[in-house]
Amino acid sequence: MNVSLRFLVSLAAGALFGFGLSLSGMVDPARVIGFLDIASGHWDPSLAFVLGGALLVALPGIAIQRRLARPALDDCFHLPTATTIDQRLVAGSAIFGAGWGLAGFCPGPAVTALSVGLTAPFVFAAAMALGMTLHDQVLARK
Amino acid sequence: MIFYWPSLIGGMLIGLSAMLLLLVNGRIAGISGIVGRLLGGQRVGANAAFVAGLLLGPWLYAALTGHLPPVTIAASTLVLMVAGLLVGFGTRMGSGCTSGHGILGLARFSKRSFVATSVFLATGIAVATIMGAWR
Repeated sequence: MNVSLRFLVSLAAGALFGFGLSLSGMVDPARVIGFLDIASGHWDPSLAFVLGGALLVALPGIAIQRRLARPALDDCFHLPTATTIDQRLVAGSAIFGAGWGLAGFCPGPAVTALSVGLTAPFVFAAAMALGMTLHDQVLARK
Repeated sequence: MIFYWPSLIGGMLIGLSAMLLLLVNGRIAGISGIVGRLLGGQRVGANAAFVAGLLLGPWLYAALTGHLPPVTIAASTLVLMVAGLLVGFGTRMGSGCTSGHGILGLARFSKRSFVATSVFLATGIAVATIMGAWR
């Protein structure tokens, strides 16, 4: 019962996320590059509003979450537990940022853009999947 | 200012999606985590459902506005492949991306996510700005 309900909630949350990326312009690499390229002469600050808008909802949401013993459909919250700032966190984030600045795609928009009927998102997403697999299956296993 | 309303509202909907997944399913809406676990065969059903939802997003947008959202890609195939590799590898190594660290992590006042977000914003701005000047 809960399993199929959770499945539906995941689908709905994904659809809302993909719709938000579409409405906000975050799904468009040209807009993302317009935000990240600060010396272009026509800087586009709109994506700062995307993060601002998301935090406007997430901050009170997290305050509510902290008061709850468990989520509606599971026995516990599944939250990250790591607290140390290590080399992997910093190096990984730097590598991610470099790729983000090169093409204007981060993971959410890259997956979402797969459904608009262009070839380029498939090229990016295939390489992204390879990069993830390379990390998870090869290097992190050592 | 009117120009920024779609970005602000779109951002709020992204936040709402993240809170729906957290408060109901107890899960973090970090896309690199969801995609990475799906590729690794973990919790395939729920993760595949979220990804299927993402793919529906542009079509919901089209149903409301009459057109798909613009997706303009300037990068060549080679640059897309290099960038994709870096994004895939880097997000898994750094345990998150724009959503997991940038939204959930900051909202949870996680020091790790504050560092990660600062770093990927800094390198993203540096690379995009250098590429822009080079073109």
